[in-house]
Amino acid sequence: SVPASPKQRKDRIMAGEKKGLVLLDFWVSPFAQRCRIALAEKGLACESLEQELLGDKSDLLLGSNPVHKKVPVLLHDGRAVCESLVILEYIEDAFPGAAPRLLPADPHARAQARFWADYVDKRVYSCGTRLWKLKGEGRAAARAEMLETLRTLDAELGDRAFFGGEAFGFVDVALIPLTSWFYSYEKHGGFSVEEECPGLAEWARRCGERESVAKVLTPPEEVHDFICLLKKHYGVE
Amino acid sequence: GKMAEPVKLIGTLASPFVHRAAAALRLKGVPYELILEDLQSKSELLLKHNPIHQKVPVVLHGDRAICESLVIMEYIDEAFDGPPLLPTDPYDRATARFWAQFLEQKCSRPFWLAMWLDAGEEQKGFVKEMKENLALLEGQLQGKKFFGGDSIGYLDVAACGSAHWIYAFEEVTGVSLMGENEFPALRRWGKEYTENESVKECLPARVQLVALFSAMKDKYKMITNGMLHQKKNN
Repeated sequence: SVPASPKQRKDRIMAGEKKGLVLLDFWVSPFAQRCRIALAEKGLACESLEQELLGDKSDLLLGSNPVHKKVPVLLHDGRAVCESLVILEYIEDAFPGAAPRLLPADPHARAQARFWADYVDKRVYSCGTRLWKLKGEGRAAARAEMLETLRTLDAELGDRAFFGGEAFGFVDVALIPLTSWFYSYEKHGGFSVEEECPGLAEWARRCGERESVAKVLTPPEEVHDFICLLKKHYGVE
Repeated sequence: GKMAEPVKLIGTLASPFVHRAAAALRLKGVPYELILEDLQSKSELLLKHNPIHQKVPVVLHGDRAICESLVIMEYIDEAFDGPPLLPTDPYDRATARFWAQFLEQKCSRPFWLAMWLDAGEEQKGFVKEMKENLALLEGQLQGKKFFGGDSIGYLDVAACGSAHWIYAFEEVTGVSLMGENEFPALRRWGKEYTENESVKECLPARVQLVALFSAMKDKYKMITNGMLHQKKNN
């Protein structure tokens, strides 16, 4: 492998010795955004280190997340936590005094939150990727799956303000960054979230009023431009 | 109180995911009723309580339903007193959760493809990938008795497939992943795991699993080889 540049070595050393929180980040990653929203909600200071993902990945990233080589990675006093939902749970566990709590106290309510965050993880992003990567039957299947997923989430939300009930919580944090990708999914799939799931669309607007969310989310048009860039990168029409 | 309400586990005898729930309940000392499910003809009870995925296991605690085996394990740890399943230290908890997710995300598909694909370059590729995954798990044991240290816990139960089911699959398919001298820590850990008193009570016998997988062999091979070609055409 290519030897580390002086800057890379410095980054690694500094992050390794650094007290406090560092997030290995990527500007448009909805998974990294989950972490930034949670940290912002709780008023926890965290340095964001933007990573190069389409080119050569940094030694720091490869060393911190050798299994997946992905962002986000949360470094806490130099120790790496990987996988966005694991990071959210870690933030809850490691900073028990930091309000608001993202998970409720009741074990069944916690289980519900974990179930739905897992559902979001399994169903939204990978399906969305198939929607822009594939054509013909593949795209049609992805479109149908995406609509079913969105309708299911809409039904689960019901007439509550947030998935967490009255309070913004774990599932809301897990899903809200992915709403920036809906515009591009709509364009590729030929549907409208507003028409199909007005409750979910309203929920997204409600979350967008929160400072933590407004500051972190990528504008949908920029996500769409990024997807067009990825399509060129993968040689998709 | 809530803890005293009856617990039911909807599941099958052969599923490692159902075993995760059963082992967690037994390790925690929680009595439960096992309700056997016929996955070829799903019950109203299952469909009512797991409408989204329509899968086992489902745990019913009083009138509360919990689905997804890892979610169930965390619920059992939090809803009941008894020895903790997850470590207490936040970083150790994150490590355990990370590796449990690793099993789902990185191992499930390559394992299935390594086992059931027709022999060839693709199948060899998945065997290689699975061995790399097993090496990572081996590395996590680092001379410890269990993944969390001296006591059995969440990650051991989550990884039960590698302790027991894997050997049954190898016997039926003839595909070797664990090898003779590879992964000594995983082999030793597998023995410790399967000999645990609580685990033994809800572990299907290897001969049972071998009989089941043998009976399903042609069907699994047909589905798996079909799946891969479908993916390629997309």
